Amino acid sequence: MNVEDLYQEIILDHYRAKHHSGLRDAYEAEVHHVNPSCGDEVTLRLHVEDGAVADVSYEGVGCSISQASTSVMTDLVIGKSVDEGLSLHQEFLTLMQGRGQVEPDEERLEDGIAFAGVAKFPARVKCALLGWSAFKDAAVRVSADQKEEV
Amino acid sequence: MTTHAEYPAVVEPEELEGAQALLAEEPIPFDVEAIRADFPILERTTPDGRPLVYLDSANTSQKPRCVVEAIEDHYLSHNANVARAMHLLGAEATEAFESSRAVIADFVGAASSEEIIFTKNASEALNLCAHSLGASLRPGDEIVVSVMEHHSNIVPWQLLAERTGATLRWFDVTEEGRLDVEGGLASGLINERTKIVSITYVSNVLGTVNPVAQVAAAAHAHGATVVLDASQAVPQMAVDVQALGADLVAFTGHKMVGPTGIGVLWGRYDLLASLPPFLGGGEMIETVRMTGSTFAPPPHRFEAGTPPIAQAVGLAAAARYLSELGMDQVAAHEHLITAYALEGMASVPGLKILGPSTAVERGGAISFTLVNHDGEQIHPHDVSQLLDSRGIAVRGGHHCARPLHERFGVQSSTRASSYLYTKTSEIDALVDALTYVVGFFSRPPRGR
Repeated sequence: MNVEDLYQEIILDHYRAKHHSGLRDAYEAEVHHVNPSCGDEVTLRLHVEDGAVADVSYEGVGCSISQASTSVMTDLVIGKSVDEGLSLHQEFLTLMQGRGQVEPDEERLEDGIAFAGVAKFPARVKCALLGWSAFKDAAVRVSADQKEEV
Repeated sequence: MTTHAEYPAVVEPEELEGAQALLAEEPIPFDVEAIRADFPILERTTPDGRPLVYLDSANTSQKPRCVVEAIEDHYLSHNANVARAMHLLGAEATEAFESSRAVIADFVGAASSEEIIFTKNASEALNLCAHSLGASLRPGDEIVVSVMEHHSNIVPWQLLAERTGATLRWFDVTEEGRLDVEGGLASGLINERTKIVSITYVSNVLGTVNPVAQVAAAAHAHGATVVLDASQAVPQMAVDVQALGADLVAFTGHKMVGPTGIGVLWGRYDLLASLPPFLGGGEMIETVRMTGSTFAPPPHRFEAGTPPIAQAVGLAAAARYLSELGMDQVAAHEHLITAYALEGMASVPGLKILGPSTAVERGGAISFTLVNHDGEQIHPHDVSQLLDSRGIAVRGGHHCARPLHERFGVQSSTRASSYLYTKTSEIDALVDALTYVVGFFSRPPRGR
């Protein structure tokens, strides 16, 4: 396994210049996720308007894979419906758990396809999923709160 | 690009006599190549044909052939349960298990083999201390640890404090990564309320060797019991448990060329005899009635259930192996390699060592952080992944010592740790690869 498969330029670009990073004020859910094996952490806020992801803001410490993956995730889900965001989470999860056997859909995952190589490094899959798991958690919480209000 | 010019030339075992400039007046310990021949795993190569450079021995050590063969021979020729089977194999297995206890007692200088308790690892040994020793704690009592402890010497005491209402306090460390004994004692950290002091002998992150006797004397002066986590010490240096000043000493088998699945707790016999059991079950009892039970004397009181029998046999083989080499020689080699590594690593731009930067009162674990040319931290996961692509095994993360990392204001670190089979050319490979890592993560963005 070539380490260059893992460190795609797209990943390094997102790592060096993270999209949508920083915590912003408007949000309905804030979650804090930790990867206990390495201590990587992310605090993520989700802002939903009319069933659509209006903003995802975050702050965290972590490796290039976890940071870049969170950056790519925000690009993908902001502006989409929460349901579509959750569906993208599922698609990315399937890619990560595919041990390199799953062919990613570039139309859907865009820069996220650069993480296909991560699936061949089982120890790093958790890194790539940190931000995505936080997003899913936040989305589920917002949905639950909204149901209670209804 | 290499940095060879910036530190002494590679020293191979056969050339060691010429390495006096680096090694000052130290005696030359042993032939590392001959030792490596005992560890078949060190001959492995990576899928792309690079030699494997194993620098993760503080995590777990590799095993010599004799340890694996001792375990194999036990299972294939002497296997039975111990202390209950009234037959030939049962007698052989019991004899093997109990004589292994005697070997370990001898290895660490215990007064008798009854002072050696086998556990499943050092964590269990420390949990045993927290439960049995901690059973008498009351609200207001104090337990003292240090901020440099492994989680296994923090969490059991936190749980004990929660159960009993006792208070957990801790020693700080100095900026250089030494235990701040002076500061702790001056602030009354150890006082008449202190019941237990539990510290590490050698830090698994900083490598620091702690002044155990000084801390133990302060603790004993106030009637406290001293527990020592010697997991990183027993593999690296000659340890005489009776001379340390501690009352209970925990260590693990797998870091001292022994198998996983076995740890050791040594305790002064009179202390052990005064403590209640930890886990209940078979083997640890004297008489069981439905209305209550009485318990076996130490060490069996603390060994509920079928113990790690084959592991004990393997651990005894490991102790014999180390004794044959001589623990003073092992320590001398560790010191040599550590000094060599500290010097080489200091030549890597952007590398900062956590803990003492000289090989004085220092073990072989070297943790560090790395920044790229722009001064940005390179995450230890990324460092260790790139090192792995060059066949170099290190550990990245908080090394089960998150509070210590927090103390130094870093989220995590990368750790290279050597052992008796480590050669200087492997340190050279590490230093080379670290320079490559810094370059890799310093490439400018493409400006998408």
